[in-house]
Amino acid sequence: MSSKKSDNKDLTIHFMPYSEIEKENSSNRIKKILGIILQNKIIVLQGRLRYEEETRLIEDTMALIGNVPGFRGIEIAEISSGENGGLFDLMKHNIVKILVGERDAMTVIGPANLVKEIKRNPKKIELMLKRK
Amino acid sequence: MVIKIIRAFTKRIFNSIFSKKDQIKLGFYGPPNAGKTSLANKICQDWVGEDLGSVSKVPHETREIQFKEKVTIEKNGKKLELKLIDTPGIATKVDFEDFLKFGLKRKEAQARAKEATHGIIESIKWLDDMDAVVVVLDSSLNPYSQVNVTIVGNLVARKIPVLIVGNKIDLKKSDLKKLSEAFPEYAVVGISARTGDNMEEFYEALFKLVKKVK
Repeated sequence: MSSKKSDNKDLTIHFMPYSEIEKENSSNRIKKILGIILQNKIIVLQGRLRYEEETRLIEDTMALIGNVPGFRGIEIAEISSGENGGLFDLMKHNIVKILVGERDAMTVIGPANLVKEIKRNPKKIELMLKRK
Repeated sequence: MVIKIIRAFTKRIFNSIFSKKDQIKLGFYGPPNAGKTSLANKICQDWVGEDLGSVSKVPHETREIQFKEKVTIEKNGKKLELKLIDTPGIATKVDFEDFLKFGLKRKEAQARAKEATHGIIESIKWLDDMDAVVVVLDSSLNPYSQVNVTIVGNLVARKIPVLIVGNKIDLKKSDLKKLSEAFPEYAVVGISARTGDNMEEFYEALFKLVKKVK
């Protein structure tokens, strides 16, 4: 794991390799992610969460809004190499998925009070930050 | 007595496996302000003559699950009995300050935000109870938002048949082609719940969707 940090007023990006959550169950994965988000850091995760984990993340996020001062939710976007390709690309993507699991993707998650918007399209993710 | 009980039990098991559902539970899912309630209202107006819920330009107008039982749709001599389930829009953030821009007072905005967060949790909890789902998206917005992908992905993972509706085709910015490209594996129908454009095609797609219900 590598992370860039100076003082609390600066933007901190937490780079998280898939190995950091690989052996965790869904609850611990979500707990770990939200723990970092509540420290006002942006996470760049190697890989992706499962769909049911994404909904669990949304549920837990909603439960925190109103209970954690200043917390307004999260912005999240995920991009993977096999999206919207042709049939061959899809087959290739599925084979890679079997071999390396959910690693063949990248997910960006940030606190909504810091991240204004994450624009996503099949080829890129753009992170818009709020001006302080 | 014992034979009667066994017979009733066998009948119940047999019916649950082989008989078709009397009423299909049709959910309306999507992000806030996509037009889920507007579409549910349009269907109710077309077949029952009354609305299901209120609509507003302020996001998160629907903050509780709303139902309309026994909505019967007829097309080409075929009948479909539905229980319409309108759900609060799913979002990853709820900021009460966003509601202030619509003229709400601070306390009202905070209360609305609190109800909205509860509504989102309810929507997610209800996913498992649906027989089929219409995912309503605003066709004038970027379809690649993670919430859209998460909703559709969850429904597919739960093996719930999905129909994607691109609402607001009456708007200049509407881009149905982009929406179809974002979800190439699913049927996408463009409509305007406000003007009623293309509702016939929607009803046809609805009959096809319901055929996939097990």
